[in-house]
Amino acid sequence: MRDVAIIGYGQTKFGELWESSFRDIIVEAGVKAIVDANIDGEDLDAMYVGNMSGGLFVGQEHISSLIADYAGLNPIPCTRVEAACASGSLALRSAYLSVASGHHDVVLAGGVEKMTDVADATAAIATAADQEWESFFGATFPSLYAMMARRYMHEYGLTIEQLSTWSVIAHDNGSKNPYAQFRFKTTLEQVMNASPVAEPLTLMHCSPVSDGAAALIVCDADKAQEFAPKDDIIYIRASTQASDTISLHSRESMTTLNAARGASKKAYKLAGISPDSVDVAEVHDCFAINGLILLEDLGFCKKGEAGKVVGDEEKIRIDYDEFVTVNPSGGLKAAGHALGATGIRQVGELYWQLKGDKNCKDRQANIKNGYGISANVGGTGGTVCVHILSNERK
Amino acid sequence: MKLGIVGYGSYIPKYRIKVEEIARVWGKDPQSIKKGLIVNEKSVPAPDEDTATIAVEAGRYALKRANINPKDIGALYVGSESHPYAVKPTSSIVAEALGITPDLTAADLEFACKAGTAGIQMCMGLVGSGMVKYGMAIGADTAQGAPGDALEYTAAAGGACYIIGNIKRELIAEINDTYSFTTDTPDFWRREGKPYPKHGGRFTGEPAFFRHVINAAKNLMEKMGTEAKDYDYCVFHQPNGKFYIKAAKSLGFNEEQYKYGLLTPYLGNTYSGAVPLGLSNVLDNGKEGDRILAVSYGSGSGSDAFDITVTSRIEEVVNKAPKTMDLLNKKKYIDYSIYLKYRGGIKI
Amino acid sequence: MVVRTWRHINERYCLIGTRCKTCGRVYFPSRNVCPYCRRKGKLEEYKLNGKGKVYTYSVIHAPPKDFEKIAPYVIAIVELEEGPKITAQLDCDIDEVYIGMPVEAVFRRIKEDGEDGIIDYGYKFKSLEN
Repeated sequence: MRDVAIIGYGQTKFGELWESSFRDIIVEAGVKAIVDANIDGEDLDAMYVGNMSGGLFVGQEHISSLIADYAGLNPIPCTRVEAACASGSLALRSAYLSVASGHHDVVLAGGVEKMTDVADATAAIATAADQEWESFFGATFPSLYAMMARRYMHEYGLTIEQLSTWSVIAHDNGSKNPYAQFRFKTTLEQVMNASPVAEPLTLMHCSPVSDGAAALIVCDADKAQEFAPKDDIIYIRASTQASDTISLHSRESMTTLNAARGASKKAYKLAGISPDSVDVAEVHDCFAINGLILLEDLGFCKKGEAGKVVGDEEKIRIDYDEFVTVNPSGGLKAAGHALGATGIRQVGELYWQLKGDKNCKDRQANIKNGYGISANVGGTGGTVCVHILSNERK
Repeated sequence: MKLGIVGYGSYIPKYRIKVEEIARVWGKDPQSIKKGLIVNEKSVPAPDEDTATIAVEAGRYALKRANINPKDIGALYVGSESHPYAVKPTSSIVAEALGITPDLTAADLEFACKAGTAGIQMCMGLVGSGMVKYGMAIGADTAQGAPGDALEYTAAAGGACYIIGNIKRELIAEINDTYSFTTDTPDFWRREGKPYPKHGGRFTGEPAFFRHVINAAKNLMEKMGTEAKDYDYCVFHQPNGKFYIKAAKSLGFNEEQYKYGLLTPYLGNTYSGAVPLGLSNVLDNGKEGDRILAVSYGSGSGSDAFDITVTSRIEEVVNKAPKTMDLLNKKKYIDYSIYLKYRGGIKI
Repeated sequence: MVVRTWRHINERYCLIGTRCKTCGRVYFPSRNVCPYCRRKGKLEEYKLNGKGKVYTYSVIHAPPKDFEKIAPYVIAIVELEEGPKITAQLDCDIDEVYIGMPVEAVFRRIKEDGEDGIIDYGYKFKSLEN
């Protein structure tokens, strides 16, 4: 297997992009990434694009052809990858595998979701859950995470204040991210007193409905040197994925994601590091509770302690030096959650953070060891994909 | 050959609306309505309940009391005037949910408020002839009264299920005989595709309800050689409390005999469920040897009368499922706006 | 979705799942492969008794279209006596529910495919405490 590098990144703003269509935003992100990598479109050997539900959100399947066509990149092969909200990082993993195997040299890994063309996105979002045995009976997607939160509170005594602090910190970070959907700050009271969505979760514990696209240029590590100056090359040190039951109710425990534990354990082993070495993490906080659970499942704190780490001590803040910086982008909560684009955006943020890009100058994490990790979750944890990036090749 | 009831079960939704609340909306005097109809409140189905769900719940309780293999039921009839579908049987839904399928005959019945008792008679015929081992008859309704109509104070929801068999040791009550009185008397009707029934006002009284109930009761008693005093209990159809009591008294029954069968004052009129539910409350209170006269009434019009004797097995089964009064006493009051929302009166 | 409704009648009306004869685990909804025994597993139909306890729950205030009329409503994961956990609505007041509440399955309308479409029936759970 060859070493794989990232040499460029581009994204659209996330949010309600009324003027832009599905094809507009993925082309915008792709062109930005290609320009950022300082390559030509024809240098690409292939494209992999994560998208959860073009069919339900814009009535369009066969988006692979659409994207290659409107990017002006025919006949370069383009492949759509889908695993609900983990689609983006699975597209990256597909790109990574195709380069690592030696089959391709330069590949675009993108992600896109256009969610605001439908008046109500909830039915489409709910298809990430088990349609026949969860959604059919009236479970909404937020309610599944709410049930995880309720169970977590029951087992570990998590308070609503601790849970809500996650959202406060997310909005603080998001306010410093020009690409974020929400750039306003919020308070504990505002989070707790927002409209209830699915108790105990309020609207301010939930990520928004977003349009957005993001793209990374992935390249063989040797060849990367031809395109990019050394400081612009960040290495993918691990790309792992694990599966779990599609239904939340089928799990032994609802306060941990087995797939996140499995995928991250393997990723740390492949990268040859422990969680202590990680400087910055982008974790999948589609709902605040998932952010807390992932801190534990990625090994940053012990089971049941995330409430204390996040809520009482606020150790995840960018300026807290003894703990990993979590979601400097604002995460899904504030930066936005354009489903299929999220996994790419998470890794894009790590790419910027690790190379000290000007795009994150207002929210730069302290990079000591040079490692970043992302965890992208599909559904309620049926698919989890983890990437570890480093500014060192080995 | 002895025929009778081997199991029974009832179901009443938990929501109630008071006469005062309905009267408030329409600017009527609740006291005169309560006094005139002898009705105080009525049951309202939850938005997730309908005739099929009520029938299934009643059927499950009946099976608990009967303690038989559901697969031995060879016939199932659901009588109602509020079947969830105009075309597509309620009975097949119920049969599937009770685990009776596929070896049975099933059909939905409609004869205004007496379709439930008509089902009992059909089961008696099938069991008596040896065509089936057990028959199940259910009377259930989620009755609709047009907003503002007098029926709105009474049109209620509920149902009861009876399993008919002929194995003597299994019977909790023997059905000694049955008799029906039927004519074409258009006192109450609902045309195809219309949401609410219409009625002939005072025409529903003497020539309709009273003529049929009283003739059915008298003719059965004549057939059996009995008088009112020979019965421990009686049950009549009960579109309201007033008609019921008047019919009972004119046949010579006293309050001790008729009070257990009368649920309408705190339940409303459950249409096809009315006599089946009244009878279930009598059985809940019955003991060996008690004799019951039960007379249904369906507009249009007909009455089915039954002469029933309770056996000693009643004591073994009565507590195996919720009693009718327990269901009636478990209640949650709603106001008129929630009632409208639940009953589909608000178009979204 | 008529056919999908029909296909699951046994499970949704009667709580019939499967049990692996090899390891004894009970599955609901039914599975064709036992995840623990795989090819050594042997699955047979198994009827659940419908009794269980609330494992976790939420009160839904932002309902999907099909459930607007009943909102706010309680959704729960119920741990059944035989072992499996299932997602279902609870027929109870929103302030009545707690983790550990004993419940029993009831038969209810779940949703309908518009005013002229098929009606879907299935299980909900009611509290056994009152």
